[in-house]
Order: sequence, then C-alpha cells, then structure tokens
Amino acid sequence: MNATSLTAQPIASPHAHGGNSVSRTMFRVQIALVPATLYGFWLFGWPSFFLWLLTILSCLGFEALALKMMGITRIRRTLLDGSALLTGWLLAMTLPPWAPWWVAVVGGFIAIVVGKQVFGGVGQNVFNPAMVARVALLVSFPVPLTQWVYPLPLTSLAAPDFIDGLRIFLTSLPQPDAMASASLLGYTKTELSRGIDLLQSLAGEHAPVLSWIGARSGSFGESASLLILGGGLYMLACGIITWHTPVAVLAGIAIPAAIGHAVDPTHYLSVSAHILSGAVMLGAFFIATDYVTSPNTTTGQIIFGIGIGFLTWVIRTWGGYPEGMAFAVLLMNALTPVIDRFIKPRILGRDRKGKPLDIPESKGA
Amino acid sequence: MGFMNLFKSFLGSNWGVHPADHKRPAADQPVQRLPMAPRLHLMLSQHVGAPARPVVLVGQKVRKGELIAAAQGNISAPLHAPTSGIISAIGEITAPHASGLPGMSISLDADGEDRWLDLERPADPYALAPMEIANLVAAAGVVGLGGATFPSSVKLNLGRHSSIDTLIINGSECEPYLSCDDRLMRDRAAEIISGIRLMLIATGAGAAKVGIEDNKPEAIAAMREASSRIGEVSIVPVPARYPMGSDRQLILELAGREVPSDARAADVGVIVHNVGTAFAVHNAICLNRPLVSRLMTMNGKAAATPGNYEVPFGTLVSDLIAFTGGLHGEVAKMVMGGPMMGTVLPHLRVPVIKGTSGILLLDAAEAAAFEPENCIRCGSCVKACPMGLLPLEMSARIRNGDPDGAVDLGLADCIACGCCAYVCPSHIPLVQYFYHAKGDLSARQRTQLRTEATRKLALARQERLDREAREKVEAAARRKAERAAAAKATAAVDTQKQGETV
Repeated sequence: MNATSLTAQPIASPHAHGGNSVSRTMFRVQIALVPATLYGFWLFGWPSFFLWLLTILSCLGFEALALKMMGITRIRRTLLDGSALLTGWLLAMTLPPWAPWWVAVVGGFIAIVVGKQVFGGVGQNVFNPAMVARVALLVSFPVPLTQWVYPLPLTSLAAPDFIDGLRIFLTSLPQPDAMASASLLGYTKTELSRGIDLLQSLAGEHAPVLSWIGARSGSFGESASLLILGGGLYMLACGIITWHTPVAVLAGIAIPAAIGHAVDPTHYLSVSAHILSGAVMLGAFFIATDYVTSPNTTTGQIIFGIGIGFLTWVIRTWGGYPEGMAFAVLLMNALTPVIDRFIKPRILGRDRKGKPLDIPESKGA
Repeated sequence: MGFMNLFKSFLGSNWGVHPADHKRPAADQPVQRLPMAPRLHLMLSQHVGAPARPVVLVGQKVRKGELIAAAQGNISAPLHAPTSGIISAIGEITAPHASGLPGMSISLDADGEDRWLDLERPADPYALAPMEIANLVAAAGVVGLGGATFPSSVKLNLGRHSSIDTLIINGSECEPYLSCDDRLMRDRAAEIISGIRLMLIATGAGAAKVGIEDNKPEAIAAMREASSRIGEVSIVPVPARYPMGSDRQLILELAGREVPSDARAADVGVIVHNVGTAFAVHNAICLNRPLVSRLMTMNGKAAATPGNYEVPFGTLVSDLIAFTGGLHGEVAKMVMGGPMMGTVLPHLRVPVIKGTSGILLLDAAEAAAFEPENCIRCGSCVKACPMGLLPLEMSARIRNGDPDGAVDLGLADCIACGCCAYVCPSHIPLVQYFYHAKGDLSARQRTQLRTEATRKLALARQERLDREAREKVEAAARRKAERAAAAKATAAVDTQKQGETV
C-alpha cells in the first residue's frame, strides 16, 4: 500500500469543512456536565472539589506520561483535545464524594493507562475508560468506594471548611458516623438481605422528588437527576448525541422494573427508584453515549442501550453489588464490536443483506 | 438550529449535510460575456467515454461551430470550434486534474471575427422524430453539464430500450459556491423548458419534473412562469440539502423510486438530465448550434469579481482570471467545480472543459487544512452518508491495508460526495481514502486482467508448440510410412520386372 497518498496533505475533495472538531465536541460535553458538577460541589463541599480536581489532573498527567513514554511528540495537542479531561471528569462524577486522594490518582492511572492508552489512545479503546477505572476501584478497594456521606450543603454549619475538606481528602480517616449514610440501593440491598422487605425498609424513606433535586447520598455527580437530564438534553439539542442510546437505557431498566414491581413490590424496587437512583441518569446520557465504545448505527445503539439498562436492573436486583451500571456498561462495551458486525445500515439501492434491489419488472430492458 | 436537530433526529432520515452555500452575491450578478482569449485549447477527452478524434489539420481555418474532432465509439462526443480561427497545434496540455498530467488537445488561434458556420435551422423542431433529436444532440457534442459529462444522446436513446415514464431535470445545484444553473434558470427559463420538451419527445417520457432547491426562489419563480402553459413539465422545489443533486438522491426525492445499486436510473423508468444540458439541447435542436461554450461560476474569496460568465471551452483559467479582474489577495487553493466534489487545479494554465461548472479561487481561510486526528467513532459520517454506508469502518479497513474489507462494506456504492469528510470532527480525509482504495482496486483488477491475458497467451502458445511438435512427429511418421510404402512398391515393381525379365 502506498502510504504517502494517505498521509500527505489531502488533495481530494471536499475542499470545505463543517467546522466541527474533537475538542469542540468534548468541550460541549463538559459544558453539559457543569451544572451537575457545581451542584455536587455545593452538596458535598470542599472534599468533593479536591477529588474532582485531582482526578482530572491525574488523568491529564498520566495521559502526558503515557504519550511521552510512547515517543509521541504532539502531547500538548492531544491533551488539548479534551478527551482525557472528560474521562477524569466523568470518573470523578461516579466516585463517592469524600473519597481519599489516592482513589483519584489510582483511578486516573487505571482509566488512562489501562483503559485507554494501552489500546492505542483516543478512539482505540474497547471499554469506557472511566468505567474501567470505576469498576477496578470498586473491586479493589470496596470500603472507600462505598462510603457515602449525607449531603451537607456548603452553607450548612456541619459542612467542612476548606482546611477540614483538605484534611478529609488527604488523610482518609474514617468518617464520623453522623455524616455516613448509605445510598438507597445499598440500603435496600442490605435490608433485603436481612429479611426486611422493601415495604418496611422504605416506609417513609424514599421520595422520588428528593432524587430529582439530589438530596440523597450517592456518588459526587450523580445525585441531581434533574441537572444531569438537563445536560443530556443540551447535548441532544447540540446534536452531540441522539436520543436512541439514552432512551434505550432508560427503557431497558424501566420496563423490567415496572414488571417486577407490579408482580412483587416487596422485593422489586419501583421504576422511579431505579431510574432516579445511582448512576442511571449519568450512565444513560453521558456514559452509554460515549462514541468510542458504543455501536455506530442507531439500531445498534438501541440494542446496546437496552442491554445496559436491562443488565443494570439484573445486577441491582439479583447481583452482589447494589449498583450495576458500570458493570453493565463494560459488558455491553465488550459486545459493541459484535453488534457493529451484525447491525449495519441499509445501503441505498441494496437490501438489508447487501444484495442489490430487484429491478422492477415493468421497466427495464 | 439546535431544536431542529433534536426534531430531525427523531425522524431518522437525516442524510446529507447543510454547508454554508456562499452562492450570493455571485448568483445575483448579471451574466457577463468575456473577451475571446487569443488561443483556446480543446481537450480531446472532456467527456465520459472515448476521446474525440481530430478531423482538422494544423493551419486549417475553421469557423465557429465547425467540427474539429469527431466522436469515436458508442460513448463519446464530438468537439466543435468555439470561435473562428486557425488550428495552431494538436498536442499535449496539462489536463484540469489534480494529477497535473497532460492530455491531448487541439489549439485554436482566434481570428477575432467569431464568425459562425452557416447553419440551417429546422422549421419545426418539436415535430422531429425521437431518433432525429438524439442524433442532433449527439452531433452537437452535448454532454451532461452538471459535471458528469456523460454524452447526453446516449441517455436520450435509453428511452427506446427501456420504458421511461419520468424525465427528471436537475436544477438543484446543491454544491456550495456554484450558481451557474441558478443563473441560467433565472435568465433562460424559456429555452430550458424548450429543451425539456425536446428531451421528453426523445425519451418518450410522459412527464418532466424539475427539482430546484428551495434556496433559489428566483429560479423557481422564473421556471414556473416559463412552464405555466406546458402541462407535462412541473417545477418541484426540493429542500436545500447536499447532495440533493446526486441522481440517486434526486430520483428518490422526486419520483420516490430507489435505483438498485447495480442498475441505472433508466431501469426504474427515469432519466436525469441537468438544466444546463436542457439548455444545450435547445440550442442544438432549435438553433442548430453545437455546444461550444457554457455558463460557469467564478467564486471564492480570492476572486476579484465573483459572478457567472459565459465562457468558450478551451479558455485557459489564467485568461479567465485576467478577464475577470485578476486575483483578490492571495489564492491558497484553486478548485474546478464545487468545493464538495471539485478537483484541485495543479496550476492556472489549464483549459475550461465542458464539465467545468465553476472555478473557485479560495483564500487561506477558506482552504484551511487541518491535521487529521484519530477517529473517535462519533458516527457523524454514518449519519451524514446519503448512501447509508459506514465511512469510518471503510476508512479503518483501508488504513489497515484491507481494501477488500472496504468493498465488503460497500465501497463501490460510495458516490464520493464528501459529506463524511465534511462533518468529520477529526478532519480525516475520508474521500481521499476511498479514492485511494478505488484506485488501488482498479489497478489490481487491471493487473489481474493482464496476468490472465498473459496466462491465456502462454497457454495458447504452449498448445500451439505442442500441436506443432505433434504434427511434426505425425508428418515424419507419415512420410516414413509413405517412404516405406513407396519402397515396398518399387521393390514389388522391381521383383515384377525381375520376374518379367527372368
């Protein structure tokens, strides 16, 4: 193959460009994340800010290091495309808000080096880097990854100030019990395992409206479903994502949840509890829509999304972990090449199998 | 814009792109005639098919409209002198193609009189038989002026082989920057309609639909006005969306028919012609004037006076630029055709050909090139592809040296419209990849054919040698047998003679 004709300055048409770029796309996704992130800072205070900052910095640092070790010269440009920043940001959103500093560093290493650069950098990875890191951290360090705190808005008296926040972030001391809290999914799972059914354990506890505004314990960026939904709609309006994946994810979890809850409300959580808890909103709009690791046809994206939603529900309901979004995403990431192999768009003038359409009988020679 | 995207993504059918059209102000300038260049260079191959064969000698005087090169073969088109003058050379000149390779051309020195050949006009052109129309169109050298330059008479003749019910006239002009079809429809609507009527007769089609993008309201109004009394011709505004002017897309839009990928438009009962072609057909039949010039657009930020010009074929681009007031600042890229599918010109000393719909002189900002980055699999190209292909997967196969993989994904169906590369956020030159792979494959096919031919020849030679050797052996054996028989006979005669004598 003549390599020069593929690398030299292109002379073939088109001689115009729409103006889109990788960095612009990444930037818009980051804009969509801003409201939920700022709200997360307000809910969980300074420790969450330090966690967010260090996760991003460690992702950028490991990206630069990996590029340097591979002898790639355009480090600055690659960092500026915003993909490592976005990975770090998304990872931070899924971490417990008061997680200690080393979680951020180890997470950044796993996401960028193991999850992305080992495969060949941006666009080449099979699995979503943020989810790889999230799952690796959860499996390796289950305790700090499941220590939730109850939201303590920055203005409240009990909220840690800057120095306290830094101390919490850097020392990873056990949190005072008063602040510790279980997430809804974790709580119900524990109670169910103790033989207390949902009707009793949730009596008066769960109100969906609190999840919409984020007044619940959970990962740093996941609690305010409303703001994440807003960010998702912004991306839809910009044309960065299409409706197929998010709707499929939500449907994939809502349909089995509705059936289960209708059959036995003592053992199966309601649709609203499923959709508004944990990482479902973030996963549907920001994780499952990751370009690199999702199928490239709309039909494929619907299958992919339904798979994620359904697996999440299965893991939450019968699995060992209270939350299954990250696992479901990784499982479906692994299936993406298979989906892409079997689901292809119909070529104009051909049928679904790729055979040319029949020439109409009445016409033709 | 944002919410339109949201809405459209629900509809699903969202092929193509919406590039900024840059058609105005050039489209609103009245058409200008240019002075005659001192020397014209007429490429022998400026149409699809076999190159024309020169029928003039160097030094010969010709008049405007005189045949200077005849069509050869079934798919070919003749050339006519665009002005009166003297044939000064028949030789090579740089072809208007990115490669900068030369092609044969006839050079004509204009005498400045611009005198037409005396041509007889038919009394009633609309009474001509279909065959006669097609023949006259062929003799006038009319080719598809939308840019494809396929000999029009061949397409008109299709009507006799397959049943054509609809004639589709392409006035969409979806390429940005270009406005020559728009201008032609505004100024010459009556002639275009006349050409359409002639083409209806030639093809036997019952109705003609003229598709015009809705960003050309003046053209739509002018064409409606001109066709108001012609029942068979309807003007259909189509949404402005690139590549609406691609025939398969336009057929789907206007006739609701999908052309099978291994078939032609005629197989589903339609034929597509450009409005410029309709105008040329009118000139060829009603005025008996061959195709010697065309309307084309000069545009781009580096063009001094963007607008539409009537340009004789063979005019050098450098002359054209000089006549239109030179360059405006620095030109970074010169393109023949539109920005989406046009070809880069190697330099300015290349001639205008029949397919030249425009010359774009792009400045540095317009021609900005970006360094390609990794594909992020965003799928923008999949959404944009009007053919339903997977450009990202095809280019990945090609990059990994597997053009056959790209063919399995439908490379042959790619129309090189450029939508994928236009939307690519990673600035990957996808069309270049596809051209590269198509070139690679056709080179391989040629090699394969040649190897096959060589193998057959070698086989035939071996057979011949074997046969000759066999024949030699047989002949030797026969001769031996004959000799033996003769010897026997003589011996017998001898004994007989001996017997007699004894």
